[in-house]
Amino acid sequence: MFAYIVRRLLYAVPILIGVNLLTFALFFMVNSPDDMARMQLGIKHVRQADIDKWKHDHGYDKPLFINHKASGLHVLTDTIFYTKSVSLFTFHFGKSDGGRDIGYDIRQRMGPSLAIAIPAFIVGLLVNITFALLLAFFRATYVDIWGVVFCVIMMSISSMFYIIGGQYLVSKTLHLVPISGFGYYGLSTFKFLILPILIGIISGIGSGSRWYRTIFLEEIGRDYVRTARAKGLSELRVLFRHVLKNAMIPILTGVVVVIPLLFLGSLLTESFFGIPGLGSYTIDAIQAQDFAIVRVMVFLGSLLYIFGLILTDISYTLFDPRIRLQE
Amino acid sequence: MNKLNDRQVVSIVGLNFLRLVRQGAWLAFMTMALTACGNASWNNPYPASESGKNILYAAFNERPKHLDPAQSYSANEYEFIGEIYEPVLQYSYLKRPYQLEPLTATAIPHPVYYAADGKVLPQDAPLGKIAYSLYTIHIKHGIMYQPHPAFARDAQGHFLYHHLTEAQLSNIHTLSDFAHTGTRELTAADYVYEIKRLASPRLHSPIFGLMSEYIVGLADYARTLQRAYRQLGGGEGHPVYLDLTKYPLSGVKLLGRYTYQIKVRGKYPQLLYWLAMPFFAPVPKEADEFYSQAGLQDRNITLDWFPVGTGAYMMTENNPNRRIVLRRNPNFHDEFYPSEGAPGDAARGLLADAGKKLPFIDEAVYSLEKEDLPYWNKFLQGYYDFSGISSDNFDKAITFTQSGSAGLTRDMKKRHIHLLTAVQPSTAYLGFNMLDPVVGGYSEKQCKLRQAISIAINYEQYIAIFNNGRGIPAYSPIPPGIFGYRKGEAGINPYVYNWRDGHAVRKSIAYARKLLAEAGYPNGIDQKTGQPLLINFDTPASGSGSKPWFDWLRKQFAKINVQLNIRDTNYNRFQDKMSKGNAQMFNWGWNADYPDPENFLFLLYGPNSEVSSQGENSANYSNPKFDRLFVQMKNMNDTPQRQAIINKMLKIAQHDAPWVWGYHPVSYTLFHQWLKNVKPNAMAQNTLKYQRVNPQERQLYRHKWNKPILWPVWLLLVILFISLVPAVITYRRKEHQAMAKRAGGR
Repeated sequence: MFAYIVRRLLYAVPILIGVNLLTFALFFMVNSPDDMARMQLGIKHVRQADIDKWKHDHGYDKPLFINHKASGLHVLTDTIFYTKSVSLFTFHFGKSDGGRDIGYDIRQRMGPSLAIAIPAFIVGLLVNITFALLLAFFRATYVDIWGVVFCVIMMSISSMFYIIGGQYLVSKTLHLVPISGFGYYGLSTFKFLILPILIGIISGIGSGSRWYRTIFLEEIGRDYVRTARAKGLSELRVLFRHVLKNAMIPILTGVVVVIPLLFLGSLLTESFFGIPGLGSYTIDAIQAQDFAIVRVMVFLGSLLYIFGLILTDISYTLFDPRIRLQE
Repeated sequence: MNKLNDRQVVSIVGLNFLRLVRQGAWLAFMTMALTACGNASWNNPYPASESGKNILYAAFNERPKHLDPAQSYSANEYEFIGEIYEPVLQYSYLKRPYQLEPLTATAIPHPVYYAADGKVLPQDAPLGKIAYSLYTIHIKHGIMYQPHPAFARDAQGHFLYHHLTEAQLSNIHTLSDFAHTGTRELTAADYVYEIKRLASPRLHSPIFGLMSEYIVGLADYARTLQRAYRQLGGGEGHPVYLDLTKYPLSGVKLLGRYTYQIKVRGKYPQLLYWLAMPFFAPVPKEADEFYSQAGLQDRNITLDWFPVGTGAYMMTENNPNRRIVLRRNPNFHDEFYPSEGAPGDAARGLLADAGKKLPFIDEAVYSLEKEDLPYWNKFLQGYYDFSGISSDNFDKAITFTQSGSAGLTRDMKKRHIHLLTAVQPSTAYLGFNMLDPVVGGYSEKQCKLRQAISIAINYEQYIAIFNNGRGIPAYSPIPPGIFGYRKGEAGINPYVYNWRDGHAVRKSIAYARKLLAEAGYPNGIDQKTGQPLLINFDTPASGSGSKPWFDWLRKQFAKINVQLNIRDTNYNRFQDKMSKGNAQMFNWGWNADYPDPENFLFLLYGPNSEVSSQGENSANYSNPKFDRLFVQMKNMNDTPQRQAIINKMLKIAQHDAPWVWGYHPVSYTLFHQWLKNVKPNAMAQNTLKYQRVNPQERQLYRHKWNKPILWPVWLLLVILFISLVPAVITYRRKEHQAMAKRAGGR
């Protein structure tokens, strides 16, 4: 397994270079270094000399990919792409174009993102699986039919509606929790987290439960389930002891891969609830055309995704002894 | 081990389920109880310990980019640093029109004019003869800086934190982690230091280009510093500390501990306004040196994030991702609430605190609210003391009377919310690119085309539809409240309006069509080519939200049979087109730096053209007559002679119509009754020190408005429980049937 993981990690390097190249090309297709400078310097009283100085100070006064004026290796290394990319692979994220230390900001913002994302993910998963098992248990009865209708309705509603509706009902009308904000006041921090977590769970019930229900129903039709029933096991045991375990592979495929991505937070939830997490950090950077932050966040996103895929592969071996990771 | 039968499994599962429900309910109850502990309002976003304290609660929707006074240039940044840094001058809080008064200066400095040969000239000397002006500024004695670690010294008098080691830094995460602080007296050297910082190679001051045109030696100084910086090894990714005191600036001299002098080229009376801005606030050398340490910069502890000032407030928490806290500066010097204001201020109770020592509020907490809806709802719950009004909430807050004046809705009145409106010193307009062969040019025909379009675009309607009535139509670039603006018939734009029954009435579309025909486009058809007239309109506004505005704009042009092609693009492409002169028509705006007509009329000054000199004259308007008058007017004092010249300039600009003059926005501010001494002041950045809150009254209303309502939660739980009953019954029946089958089979 070790060799497999090493091989997968080595595969990740060209993928990360590719992602970085793509991000770079896309970003500079839309924004020129002049645009970035203008964005940072503001609108008023900005002369070309100010823009040139900003570009020079931030290392954006070089060619993008190829430096025709340089010789030897410098043709490739004395470029914006090389100078800005090489530090990423050593995890030296440097300063944002606005002048703040990116690594420090990421460390600061990771906590709030995880405070929402982890409970919403774990509780959401449990709720969805339980609800899906319930539907599978009562399959072809009114519970199943209305449960599926309920899921379709929940899926059809935009996540924005859940947020605004939740804030309106729970915070504005019933006055139970604060509308938005984030606190570091010990236990009272929970009151800021309850609503976004609840909304995260509820908004995911529709799609999650339907997906797991499909998986469970597929498993229920298999021979080993019929055998288990023939042995005289109750339906509850069949579902929890056999179906759930055998359905873990498709569940893990969808679930484990997103675990590392929880670090990146949620854009809408963080924005509406005033959560100082990494989701809003990325969007703020895109709006401010802060390429340094955008580059780092995309790099981290792809790195975590690759990590998630490796984790998924490993988790298969834990739940299905037939699977072996080949060297 | 005995195996359980199915019935037992079911009952255990059921029991466990019930136990879980009970535990969940108990946990929920405990959480609610804990969160509500000591605070009757469960939805209070602030710690219970702050209840009843003398704190102002406000919000910001975008994190400030810079808090360094040499770099900061946005209203959302000035909101904070304006309270911390003290320039030598400030704007009077209550008096209107806006006027300057001394802040740390002993008096408003008066320039002395000199001829090229060094002779002193009289105050009314002709502009051409004035080679340079000298401003000598005396500052008050005994003003102390806020407590700050940059000033902390040990028993031997050495700075404690100017050479931090890795071991010392290991426990430092924010500024408040430093155990010791110190202070010192404000001196004139701090003001000189800040002016030098405008040219620092480590910074990007937005006004360096402008100021180097006026402050003698500033441009050369920047080059000197650049060379010195390189010699020290500074550059991209390697910031090094540059001691500016070692490099003299010829145009700015220190004349004593409390006196300094600024030398500017020619006559530049607007310098006084700049002296009231944070660009010219004092920065102590100790702070610059302290913050230059690499270990602090790695922790984002920089002057750009933690200001050091002498103002009424100091920044004690700066988490731009969540909240910013300003606390009363314990070393703040004596300053008192004004005893004079504008007419009507006394009747509004704005002079009730006259003569009392400032500031009144102990702490101001600014929370990050990116979205309008939570901000608005928290304001209504009493968790913010004041708020603006977004378009989405406008109808809930404001109602217009039959006479057209704005008032509060019944709901707002019931909450005892107050409304204040003020015309902003800014202007929003549609510009013509005067270099364009179709819509530009200065012939009578070309002017008539622009006048016709100006009449067709009904800005009264625009303000009503798209701005909820928050604006007044513009007749020129100069907004009300700025010298040069004239009320009544004399002030209207005679090329677009008629004066009828005491009101400005837009000229008819028939008249606009007539003008269009005289311009060579009868019925919107180009006489020369026989083709319909098509005008391209460039705008950085895009997306579905702008569509109604685009449709409306097309309709305005269609009134005179002119076709409009809207080229919406992103801001960067738009800027690019503007700088190259590729736009035909465009929309733009301007916020005043200072309340002087020069700061508006320079937007039409020929040598300030965007294409030729990267200036702010985006229309590239260039009329020699207008330019001559501008040069004459720009450095005059506010006299009837100046007004007469402005009148002439406006007449020329109104005739040439390089802009469709657009409108001047009106700001609407709502505030709760417990917030006192509120008066909109678009120029002053340090208004917090004048305001006062009544925390007891606020507490009372918060309790009244935010009582938790629990019955729907219990109802929901009961419904959920009841809905589970048929499922449990079905389950039991199914299990019975299965057991019966199995029993039958055996």
